[in-house]
Amino acid sequence: MAALAESFGRGAMSNHWIDIKNSDCILIMGSNAAENHPVSFKYITQAQLNGATLISVDPRFTRTSSRADIYASLRSGTDIAFLGGMIKYIIDNELYQKDYVIEYTNAAFIVNKSFDFADGLFSGYDSASCKYDNSNWSFETDEHGLVKKDTSLEHPRCVFALLKKHYSRYSIEVVSSITGTPKKDLLSVYKAFAATGQSFKAGTILYAMGWTQHSVGVQNIRCGCIIQLLLGNMGIAGGGINALRGESNVQGSTDHALLWHILPGYLKVPRNSDISLQNYNNKYTPSGPGGNMPVGWQNYPRYSISLLKAFFGEKASAKNQFGYQWLPKADNGKTYSWVDIFDEMHKGSIKGFFAWGMNPACSGANANKVRNAMKNLDWMVNTNIFDNETGSFWRGPGMDPSAVKTEVFFLPACVSVEKEGSITNSGRWTQWRYRGPRPLGNSMPDGDIILLLGRKLKQLFASEGGVFPEPVLNLKWDYDSNGKYDPHKVAKQINGYFHKDLMANGKLYPKGSLVPNSGMLASDGSTSSGNWLYCGSYTEEGNMAARRDQKDAPNHIGLYPGFAWCWPDNRRILYSRASVDANGNPWDDKRWVVRWDGRNWIGDIPDGQWPSLGSEGNPENPVNRPSFAMTKEKYGRLFGPGLVDGPFPEHYEPVEGPLAKNLLGAQLINPTVSLPVGPEDALANADPKFPYVCTTYRVSEHWQTGVITRHLPWLMELMPQMFVEISHQLASLKDIKNGSRVKVISARGSVEATAIVTRRFNPFIIDGKIVHQVGVPWHFGWQYPASGKEESANLLTSFAVDPNTNIPESKAFMVNISKI
Amino acid sequence: MSKAFFIDTTLCTACRACQAACKQWHGLPAEETINSGSYQNPDDLSFNTYKLVKMNECMIDGSMRWLFFPAQCRHCLEPPCEYMAGDSSAIYKDSATGAVIFTSVTGKVAGVDDIIGSCPYDVPRKSDKNHLAKCDMCLDRLQNNLLPACVTVCSSGAMNFGDRKTILKQAQERLLVVQNKYPDAMLIDPDEVSTIYLVAFAPSKYSESASAKAGSFDLTRKMAFKKMSRWFFAKAFTG
Repeated sequence: MAALAESFGRGAMSNHWIDIKNSDCILIMGSNAAENHPVSFKYITQAQLNGATLISVDPRFTRTSSRADIYASLRSGTDIAFLGGMIKYIIDNELYQKDYVIEYTNAAFIVNKSFDFADGLFSGYDSASCKYDNSNWSFETDEHGLVKKDTSLEHPRCVFALLKKHYSRYSIEVVSSITGTPKKDLLSVYKAFAATGQSFKAGTILYAMGWTQHSVGVQNIRCGCIIQLLLGNMGIAGGGINALRGESNVQGSTDHALLWHILPGYLKVPRNSDISLQNYNNKYTPSGPGGNMPVGWQNYPRYSISLLKAFFGEKASAKNQFGYQWLPKADNGKTYSWVDIFDEMHKGSIKGFFAWGMNPACSGANANKVRNAMKNLDWMVNTNIFDNETGSFWRGPGMDPSAVKTEVFFLPACVSVEKEGSITNSGRWTQWRYRGPRPLGNSMPDGDIILLLGRKLKQLFASEGGVFPEPVLNLKWDYDSNGKYDPHKVAKQINGYFHKDLMANGKLYPKGSLVPNSGMLASDGSTSSGNWLYCGSYTEEGNMAARRDQKDAPNHIGLYPGFAWCWPDNRRILYSRASVDANGNPWDDKRWVVRWDGRNWIGDIPDGQWPSLGSEGNPENPVNRPSFAMTKEKYGRLFGPGLVDGPFPEHYEPVEGPLAKNLLGAQLINPTVSLPVGPEDALANADPKFPYVCTTYRVSEHWQTGVITRHLPWLMELMPQMFVEISHQLASLKDIKNGSRVKVISARGSVEATAIVTRRFNPFIIDGKIVHQVGVPWHFGWQYPASGKEESANLLTSFAVDPNTNIPESKAFMVNISKI
Repeated sequence: MSKAFFIDTTLCTACRACQAACKQWHGLPAEETINSGSYQNPDDLSFNTYKLVKMNECMIDGSMRWLFFPAQCRHCLEPPCEYMAGDSSAIYKDSATGAVIFTSVTGKVAGVDDIIGSCPYDVPRKSDKNHLAKCDMCLDRLQNNLLPACVTVCSSGAMNFGDRKTILKQAQERLLVVQNKYPDAMLIDPDEVSTIYLVAFAPSKYSESASAKAGSFDLTRKMAFKKMSRWFFAKAFTG
């Protein structure tokens, strides 16, 4: 999501599932939609029936590839080379949508002289800290502080010229030599997708973990963003860059701050240097020319103070900084991600652990290390529908139960259909679900478990005191009705309330009523909202997520605005202001998203209510052009100065790869990666002991670590065992028979698997030499099936991570394979 | 009105929801399987598996193809199995839908192997007690105005079901579109069966038993006629 936020202002799928049907060309790369998002194929199929071209780019020929018009293979971990070649192809052949690029992207911005790129490094690199000083990548400004531009795109330091120069090195020959993709396949993908640069053509990109789980994961996605901006594919129907989330509510959990670095609604977790609320708000509220937008991060204090009011209710007031000092503060410069947690646990500094709806003993990269880390815990609470390899880690393979001190508590949770509440899908639609059957036995909805836990903590802090009791004691905790968890109360608080009577536009909004939209949130403590993005989802008019209206919008592109509710403000397609020209006329009339009728926008809720650009002079019309209103400069970013590893994506080899040199430059791996160095963190680059590239993936028949699906006999019948897919060539080299059991070994661990010898994997020719690749699914674990021999693929993977997000590089690492 | 399936293999993603839904609706037990070097599992239809997505990797004209074929009973218009059994209490054709139904009496009919052998598509399978089983078109669902389970869960549009006339028209229209891209595309035996497959390549690329064994309808009709005649004469003499 970091790449999308950097490029467009929001970290979310720009379009939505149904909208895929509007596309002319669908590029599925870093995703295997047919297998992992089977229902998405309903819409992909509709697009194909309407004549769309489907492209599948994957190291392995998948069930998605079987349906594709064009298939191209690539070695895992070389997406930037592949896509960098496409950027060059688009620019060299002038296939970009020029008006769009000039009007809506930062192509014309002049970059400061301090920006440079040489020997695989951008300017500002400090080799001691492995960090960039990205102030070197800023834009030139005039005396008013406004960015200088050259809309002829001819200035040698304009973003477009720098982009062109940067990717001039990505020739078909070099790209093919890195990726192993045959040149003719590269060209057929480039040609088909670049054709959507025409203003009346729409191309969409679908990606998933195949792009994110790399040490260059964020920059993989940035490539997609740059391509979509060049081709004018953002904001339009059938376009966008669409992150297919791997679980039905990943978008919801991210929106509500599952990750360590954000608070709900993508507000920042305060650092210990953010010593006061004012200090915190000032730091994260963008300032400077072009500010003062009605909706955007300029409203940061309204969102953060309304959030504090939701957390602490009447206890939060201006006098006590609305309880800001009760929030935990992250240490400056420190990260607290998944790998950090298990690193600390491994060192013994974390003593207690809630594994809630997760199975890290199988889902966590370098699972041996994760399992060993758990031995250092005093206690673990495992909340899940079934016991799993995490709760039972102490009796797993290689463990001596008598030597493990960890006390494990199991809290049985009920399954999704046994509880009421909302989920938010990839397309940002929050949809209300009702309870089906009652929970079995003494299992409970997560909400009830958390409610009881919070209540108990409050009691204990009240009766026994403790270090810093205020955050818990002052927490507003009234989300029950008749003693039971009430999801409606939570949903309403997420939306937010007025805490004082408000008269606005001649209407009274009484104290205690629900706030109708995020534009009415205030920074004086008169409103609360648990997540400003969801303000408008549960109003005095009712629960918007529960709406089921089947009527389409007037543009008939599948928006269904009365079905469920989506953030922001029920806008179904993000950045739709870029789908029109300066006069508000759609680039493409036959599948328009919004249009300006002279006085109003019609169609989807426009992403920015301001009049069209052409109506400048209208007092409401801002000088700047807010097609991407959530970025600081309000333009789509071809040049993204805010990431830690560079403003343009550059190809680096995976941390574990087959090559000792990078064919594109002197820098082998992402220079900002700090390599894991613990005793269980062995890495093996270009090491003859581990000669084969490996990747992990999922199959349709199983779900995540298989905690549900491995217990369902009908699914086990379909996919009974751990397997490894290998090419015929590698099989004959290693004398491996189809269907035989083999061992897959990395520098960190090994797993047994059944060999599937297949034409769907083929050796790559990389830098003139043969490189083999294999792949394994990660759904298995020792606990079930009962043989204990079907283990997790994450025993092989490492803690090498993307420096922006700390996502482990599970999609490219090195292994060996041997007969058993 | 006679019903039919249209199975458009060009849209199938082999998610195998149909295969699992079939087991779920019929309450059939899972088979103990192993991975034998393929995603396809179980490796064959069985007494407890009425529907099986067959998966075949092959090169066609220099291109990699992974062909999916959701195999099931074809519900023949003139079912050789029905003729072969010659006992409507064991095998009959439901007059309302055209579904070919095997009852629990199949175990008592002589010549179970002949019945299996008579199937042009190698579909029926027997239990160790010599009962026969196969797809029943979800007749119980149809009688309650529901679609067959496999069709209900198909999200890609590969599985279709409806009145035979409409389905046949849909299949023929779709064939014309598919032929633009795949000139060898065809419908498999559309005039003989109520499970009409659209394939992009020769049926044998998908499965050995994708199309009818040569002459099987003629041959089995003759055989069935002979058997029926024998039965008729036997009845006539003893009666």
